[in-house]
Amino acid sequence: MRDFEYEAPTTLANAIAVLAKNNGSARPLAGGTDLIDHVRCGRLEPDVVVDVKKIDELNVLELNDSGLRLGAATPCYRIYGCPEISQQYAALTDSCRIIGGIQIQSRASVGGNICNSGPAADSTPSVIVLGGICVIEGPGGRREVPAEEFCTGPGKNVLKPGELLVEIKFPARPANSGSHYRRFIPRNEMDIAVVGVGASVVLDDSKENIVSARVALGAVAPTPLYVPAVGDAIAGQPANEDTLRKAGAVAKELVTPITDMRGTAEYRVHLTGVLTERVLQAAISRARGEAICTKIGH
Amino acid sequence: MATAEKPKYKVIGTRPIRHDGVDKVTGRAQYGADVRLTGMLYASMLRSPHAHAKITKIDTSKAEALSGVRAVLTSADLPEQGDRIVELGEGAVNMRHLSANVLARDKVLYRGHAIAGVAADNIHIAQEAVKLIEVEYEVLPPVLDVRKAMKADAPVLNDDVRTESLGSHPADDDNSKPTNVAKHFVFASGDVEAGFAEADVIVEREYTTATVHQGYIEPHNATVQWNADGKVTVWMSTQGTFSARQQTAELHRIPVSDVKVIPMEIGGGFGGKISVYLPPVAAGLSQKTGRPVKLIMDRTDVFEATGPTPGSYVRVKLGVKKDGTITAGDAWVAFEAGAYPGSPIAPGCMCVFSCYNVPNGHVEGFDVCVNKPRTNAYRAPGSPNVAFATESVVDEICEKIGMDPIEFRLKNAAKEGVRRVDGPVYGRVGMVETVEAIRDSNHWQSPLEGPNRGRGTATGFWFNCGLKSAATATVNYDGTVSLLEGSTDIGGSRVSLAMQTAETLGIPAEAVKPTVGDTDAVGFTDVTGGSRVTFATGIACIEAARDIIRQLETRAALIWECDASAVSYEDGGLNGPDGARMSFVEIAGKLHATGGSIVGRGTSSEADQSGAFGTHAVDVEVDPDTGKVQILRYTIAQDAGTAIHPSYVEGQLQGGVVQGIGWALNEEYWYDDKGSMRNPTYLDYRVPTCYDVPMIETIIVEVPDPGHPYGVRGVGEVPICPPQAAIANAIYAAVGVRMRDLPMSPPKVCKAILEKRAEGNGAS
Repeated sequence: MRDFEYEAPTTLANAIAVLAKNNGSARPLAGGTDLIDHVRCGRLEPDVVVDVKKIDELNVLELNDSGLRLGAATPCYRIYGCPEISQQYAALTDSCRIIGGIQIQSRASVGGNICNSGPAADSTPSVIVLGGICVIEGPGGRREVPAEEFCTGPGKNVLKPGELLVEIKFPARPANSGSHYRRFIPRNEMDIAVVGVGASVVLDDSKENIVSARVALGAVAPTPLYVPAVGDAIAGQPANEDTLRKAGAVAKELVTPITDMRGTAEYRVHLTGVLTERVLQAAISRARGEAICTKIGH
Repeated sequence: MATAEKPKYKVIGTRPIRHDGVDKVTGRAQYGADVRLTGMLYASMLRSPHAHAKITKIDTSKAEALSGVRAVLTSADLPEQGDRIVELGEGAVNMRHLSANVLARDKVLYRGHAIAGVAADNIHIAQEAVKLIEVEYEVLPPVLDVRKAMKADAPVLNDDVRTESLGSHPADDDNSKPTNVAKHFVFASGDVEAGFAEADVIVEREYTTATVHQGYIEPHNATVQWNADGKVTVWMSTQGTFSARQQTAELHRIPVSDVKVIPMEIGGGFGGKISVYLPPVAAGLSQKTGRPVKLIMDRTDVFEATGPTPGSYVRVKLGVKKDGTITAGDAWVAFEAGAYPGSPIAPGCMCVFSCYNVPNGHVEGFDVCVNKPRTNAYRAPGSPNVAFATESVVDEICEKIGMDPIEFRLKNAAKEGVRRVDGPVYGRVGMVETVEAIRDSNHWQSPLEGPNRGRGTATGFWFNCGLKSAATATVNYDGTVSLLEGSTDIGGSRVSLAMQTAETLGIPAEAVKPTVGDTDAVGFTDVTGGSRVTFATGIACIEAARDIIRQLETRAALIWECDASAVSYEDGGLNGPDGARMSFVEIAGKLHATGGSIVGRGTSSEADQSGAFGTHAVDVEVDPDTGKVQILRYTIAQDAGTAIHPSYVEGQLQGGVVQGIGWALNEEYWYDDKGSMRNPTYLDYRVPTCYDVPMIETIIVEVPDPGHPYGVRGVGEVPICPPQAAIANAIYAAVGVRMRDLPMSPPKVCKAILEKRAEGNGAS
């Protein structure tokens, strides 16, 4: 491991200044669960590590009538520790509960997960389907990017040198809505998604028909993949098995997975269909106010 | 516990707290990574990025020039070994191969193969310096599969390897040129052709198993001080201090007595911490610098350069009569040795039909080099590979003839007097009792309900070994005993050895204080392996205790002024003339007045074990859409002979099963076509976590081994043999697909289910 400098600014302005000064050779550190491993194994060799956990704006966790504000460094345990968030933004807390073990969840952040930009990131599909907007600040000022446009390739994203993800904003949840995230892993915990699926659905007042749906897929493309065609295919349809099967079939057509040690391309395509159906079913159940099975291994 | 009728023991069979327990749970136990010596240097290794290449040039000058670097070591610094074969406890080793595995000479044979070591003021400088070593390679095509490596046109790894024919006709083995096939075994008994002719049903199937790793948590480590007087001290984690001493000495061609190995606590070994990797390198660097040198592997090094157990191809053919009687068996077994010869092909061939009375048998086996790390022992080495095949074939046969698999096993079971295909005749063994224990278990007797669920069973065998051990026991005047023995403690052996000593002396387990000695402190003791420690080092400890008793009787005779023959030792004390009685504590208090210290000595070398069997039952649920297998319930019944400390017997049984479950379901070295392992981390090399296994239910069967004073049988290895087949059989019962390739990972099970569905649709 190569030597590096450590900075821990307490204001956003100072953080941006440090990042900008070290143009490209500085890495922000939130929970560090990815960064520390990257540095330790020599995959990254930053000159400066900028600890962003001491900045107030990055630790916001605020739920009100207009939606949810999630500071980029807010650790997973705070998110799932809030019953209202767990109830309204269930897909997000589903993700936060399965990222690593308890020690990891005490540090790892949803903001860090999306900035690491791994194709199999567990929280990014949830952020996408819940309509998350990434608020970015840099030397050139503030800008907003929809979560589905944030990642641009494995380990790559829209952040420019000196820019920092400050928070993710989520709109308020509509009535009769439900969401879910689930991944397939060979073990029951402590594993990387072979395929991950996030879904959010809005039902009509009868709770029998789908008004709209958003689906995002993990580990089946170079980035977490928002698939609007799946939502389009089932909007206005009855919330039944046929519709779910159709959703699964559409999703399978949209993915471009690779074969690696975690699964073959063929298997990932198959799982995309299976999981899309299962996750949409669970999101529908939640929209109906029904409990879903979250037993380990199911 | 299943078997009644055993002597009344006071200590054996109880569950005292282990003597090293507090240190282990408080984190005070000292492991190899904890060693810190004054002036110590830190070392790092250069490892091959290629699976197969000639080394045409190594230039270490830039690394040596880096500030803070103290020494660089390559194979040029190690003495030539020539054609020497050295006996190293569990097997003979070709020293040229061992040396080239420690530091590659003209070729690298697997990715991660060590090439050079650098010692520096700190680990970061050492790691930077490693990057400055320039190596020129001539990259060669790798061969990664055992059957491909056997082909005439396969890339050949070692110029000096010719096929050694053992039981096979030498004319069958082409020895005109170098080959990857290092050994060719044939075992035969009876008349196989006639046996199959007699059969009503014959099933022949092919199986493969992936390369898997022992998966110990603690990486290999060594800290070495090479003194100015030529004396070398090694602090390390090892399964055998004397074996490590011999390997280190032989690799540097210095007398064994010049090397002292001090065993640190060991964080798992399972067979993988017998062969040395680091001590010879750290020793060479220490010799060059005059300072202690510490060398620790990281996880990737452990996966890429140590262990693993062979990937294998096994074909088994079994013939039976309609009533289930086995008439003949034929097996063809090929094991991947890794870079250098030495896979456990011999035990694999001996185990393939070891659970059954196979009157006519033929077994052919091959030890084959491939571009993977040189394989090492792993818990019952070779047996799980072949058990997967045979126990799966047995399940198919039972289905074909409509026989209950329990009945089939009872009918054909290995028992006293049965001759194995490779020759030996069984003594008193407990296979039948383990099958009966499963049959009568709550698990087997409970119905299994629900869709996609199935139950499977399988049996496994392992020889267990005796080998050599030594112990001394010193009586303290406060009535306790300090026990010094040479077996490094992996599975709670300190307590089981203390208990056998205590039982013999009739004193509490807590009154015996066990210590694992270094190579200068205790007599020669073979490795902690072969499930031998509780058995053989146990015998040494019992002998040491008996030696104490003889000396105590002499002392008591002095005190009582009688002939020693009038004194006897019983129930923790001495009986003398006229009802005289003195407890162990009382006589210990008189030590100094009666002639000073009493030191008991014990050794074991001739005793051998009769082998151990286990039978398992497992319930699984298969997700038919994803192919994922959940273990719902698992029960193991195993013959432990006599369980000294039942908790540690249960621990071994459960641990072996969990490793077997990992091997069955997810563990595998996943290679790309260049021969790089792509999953050398615990994230992607998937050993089961506690979420993946239920509580493993244990049934300890006790059929005492006549070769041990208290009837001990080794328990550590057998439990890893049956899970693979038991789970495969349960998967078949659940979803109707026969899985014949390990691991039975979700993609493979899913594919098999989808193919079966497609066939079903095609037929209808």
